[in-house]
Amino acid sequence: MNTSGLDTSILTLVTFTPAIGGLLLLIIPRRDRDIRIFSLIVSLATFGASLHLVARVHRMLPGFQYEIDRAWISKPNIHYHMGVDGISMWLVLLTTFLTPLCVLISWNSIHQRVKEFFILLLVLETALIGVFTSLDLFLFYFFWESTLIPMALLIGIYGHGRKVYAAVKFFLYTMVASAFMLAALIWLYAKVGSFDFVTIQNAIRTGQVEGFSSAAPWLFLGFFLAFAVKVPLFPFHTWLPDAHVEAPTAGSVLLAGVLLKMGTYGLLRFNLGLFPEQSRQNAPWICTLALIGIVYGALVAMVQPNLKRVIAYSSVSHLGFVVLGIFSFTQAALDGAMFVMLAHGVSTGALFMLAGIIYERKHTYEIADMGGLATPMPKYATLFLFVTLASVGLPLLNGFVGEFLVLSGAFQANPWYGVIGATGVIWSACYLLWMYQRVFFGKVTHPENNTLPDLSAREQLALWPTAVAALVMGVAPLLWLNIIDPAAQAALAPFAQMASKVVGR
Amino acid sequence: MNQGIPLAVDYVRILPEIVLSIFGIAIMLLDPRVDEETSQRLLGGIGLVGTLAALLSTWIMAQSPGFAFWNMVRVDGFSVFFHVLVIAIAIVLILTSYEYIAVQKIRAGEYYGLILFGLVGMCLMSSAVELVLIFIALEISSISTYVLAGFRRRSATSSEASLKYFLLGSFATAFFLYGVALMFGATGSTNIDVISAVLNSGQVPMLAYVAMALMFVGLGFKVAAAPFHVWTPDVYEGAPAPIVGFMSTAPKAAAFAVLLRVIFEANAPGRFWFVWISAALSMTLGNVAALVQDNVKRLLAYSSIAHAGYVLVAFAAKPELGAPAVMFYTAAYAAMNVGAFAVVSHLANENERYVTLEDYAGLGRRAPILAGTLGIFLISLIGIPITGGFFAKFYVFSAALQSDLVGLTIIGVINSAVGAYYYLKIIVVMYMREPREEVPVLPIPLALGTALVIALAATIYLGVVPDRMLAFVQRSAQQLLQPEHAMPPAQVGNAGISRQDP
Repeated sequence: MNTSGLDTSILTLVTFTPAIGGLLLLIIPRRDRDIRIFSLIVSLATFGASLHLVARVHRMLPGFQYEIDRAWISKPNIHYHMGVDGISMWLVLLTTFLTPLCVLISWNSIHQRVKEFFILLLVLETALIGVFTSLDLFLFYFFWESTLIPMALLIGIYGHGRKVYAAVKFFLYTMVASAFMLAALIWLYAKVGSFDFVTIQNAIRTGQVEGFSSAAPWLFLGFFLAFAVKVPLFPFHTWLPDAHVEAPTAGSVLLAGVLLKMGTYGLLRFNLGLFPEQSRQNAPWICTLALIGIVYGALVAMVQPNLKRVIAYSSVSHLGFVVLGIFSFTQAALDGAMFVMLAHGVSTGALFMLAGIIYERKHTYEIADMGGLATPMPKYATLFLFVTLASVGLPLLNGFVGEFLVLSGAFQANPWYGVIGATGVIWSACYLLWMYQRVFFGKVTHPENNTLPDLSAREQLALWPTAVAALVMGVAPLLWLNIIDPAAQAALAPFAQMASKVVGR
Repeated sequence: MNQGIPLAVDYVRILPEIVLSIFGIAIMLLDPRVDEETSQRLLGGIGLVGTLAALLSTWIMAQSPGFAFWNMVRVDGFSVFFHVLVIAIAIVLILTSYEYIAVQKIRAGEYYGLILFGLVGMCLMSSAVELVLIFIALEISSISTYVLAGFRRRSATSSEASLKYFLLGSFATAFFLYGVALMFGATGSTNIDVISAVLNSGQVPMLAYVAMALMFVGLGFKVAAAPFHVWTPDVYEGAPAPIVGFMSTAPKAAAFAVLLRVIFEANAPGRFWFVWISAALSMTLGNVAALVQDNVKRLLAYSSIAHAGYVLVAFAAKPELGAPAVMFYTAAYAAMNVGAFAVVSHLANENERYVTLEDYAGLGRRAPILAGTLGIFLISLIGIPITGGFFAKFYVFSAALQSDLVGLTIIGVINSAVGAYYYLKIIVVMYMREPREEVPVLPIPLALGTALVIALAATIYLGVVPDRMLAFVQRSAQQLLQPEHAMPPAQVGNAGISRQDP
């Protein structure tokens, strides 16, 4: 059948379409309009191709699907091995969903070196998708590192303010942290003789790795450090506000929407997948850090005078939920963590787009310079409110489902996790709604704001999909959870065994 | 001793050296007969043809592996590898110099002549298995490089570089020679195979340790490993940029070849801690010092110290794992560093005026192709996947881990993360600063373009499909470590200069 051929090559297609589009952009003449349209077509085509993943997924199958496994380099034994399960599939979709919106939102705000911008954006998309699809650790590391350069360049060239500082800080934090992951990877390769994720996992589970028990705590830390910086988990978060504030809008959207998820995805796939025992041992302090992150991020967000900083710190807080969910080791919490990742990607992506729209008009993110914007910009205010409520976690919108699941799962694991985590929901309502009030309600405090134009058709086109997604995810979360659940169950299988072992004793 | 007249096959086994010498002499003879303008084109062309001919003769040489000249020279996969490597580096160098020496108003004759003569020495270093011959080859290569370092005669820094390099270099060579003498005293031979047999036979005389240490000092200087690295930044800053690219790769590769023979083939006693400390120091000092440089040539000089450190990590590993890693690293490093210096020398302009970081501001916009190419070389130097630099580091560190050198690996990995900062600094300046208008960018001439394409192709090739290269270096390393086709044991006793017992 023809479709089965497509099933094995679909991941390659989805992953590399953007990069090929980026390469084609190199030879397209420098007419900005053509370049924008072309990038939009490429990113939409990628999104369309990625829908195939959802359409033909086997819902109840816990393992990897759409696998492709070809030998690439014989020594070291590197395979071109890709595949997705219910966890990574949605993250791929999140990436392909957000990128066309990024193209739309950058339509007019980028007017210098347009070609390079879109090339970087498309290359970044390929790298991001590759991180989620690769099942060979080398391939994973390659894509992981490849996200750094385009992102750093996007911040450093197209950002504002202290952009070079922010770009370099972002690059170094991640680079230094991933050096530890590389060391752990090489160790695993040296002992197992393969980079294949499944092979390594089986070798560890069956106890075939020589010297594993003494090295495992260090390996766990090596991976953990790389991912914790990316998430970012408190206290590794300090690069995030700088990078976000100085990045161009599309950069912020992908940074918050997808790049941070690389960290949580890594924790879930590698730390839990390869080192279940160490994960369990280290869970208490990791959960503590996550809780500190939830509360600290929220408190700091509350006092920020800058719109983008508020959203950036809210990410620290929300990602705390994800980490808490992952390290609670309960089915509900893990499902919830996955769902928060997706919901946060959609709603925070939308918030950054909204912040970018106001920046295009006013060239500032300072909340003090706004006020009463609901009067001149009613459509903008409505969409902003909708997305804010989604982010706060209003029931029937997407933020609620994930956070609720995480908290209920965390409560099972340890009541205190649930109690302290739950305050995070309250905090997020405080800072987001207060921010909304300061920006939109009341009288127009600055007369020049009276003439601000409302959303253009193109901007609405970029924002409506996120609003619709937020609503659908809130009303019908089962569409997502049905596919997430088997994968999450599989990820937790070793923990169930460990628990039963403890009980059995 | 049965040392008859050399056979024809003996000459075939040093054919590249012969070819290079002939071309070198031809260049020297032609030089006075042509005026300066023609000499730059003509002699450069002859030099290029000479290196290509040498490459061809390496292929011919490779067809008849074995010993030559009374076991002083050995042709095997190992020596063929280093022959090809240094000759390929020289090809790129000559292509880069084509335009450079015209811009710098350097007289071409001696320049190209010395490159070819230096090459003779480096080729010989990789195939000699006799310490005295190695010493001679080392001198041939070093003396050419000393002179080449001082070729920007109008500039004081260049003369300083040459003199400094010469004085310290001679000092280091003396150390090496002293080591050779003591090794002879300890084992009764200067032939590496014999030395290896004696050292492996059980009792290792104390003198052998001292000899080993002295030889390591001499070679450590040549590869710019800490703590013998102090000359590097000044010399690299002063010497002509293409020559720096050459110096930091070809003589280094040859010195590593000797080091491989001395350390691994001869199974040098007590090497571990020498190498360990020197590797750790080189990586750390090189990277830390590079952080604060604002002259690109100096920055790359310190980075080359750091890279020597990474290579030394492999020397501390088990021989069968370390040797291929060393060979792969030298090749990958050669590709990316020669390429980077090709870009640097093109941008340097007259009198190497533009070599500070500031001069690279906005290069991404003023010269996108050059900036992109340099960017890729820098990414490879950082060690990001699908470039040769990544696999080079990967093989070294995995060799180290498989030999349970966890501490050294961690030092190395942290260092490569630190190293990312200063390479990134160049990329940042190129792409994120406003261009400085007063810095001119000349169009890329054909020769330089070819050089860049070769270096780029090699860098990417080693990063995407490293299999074949790795398989090759593993085979050659095996030949180095287990010379099973070597002489029958009876002959071993006669090999080389033997101490005549009264």
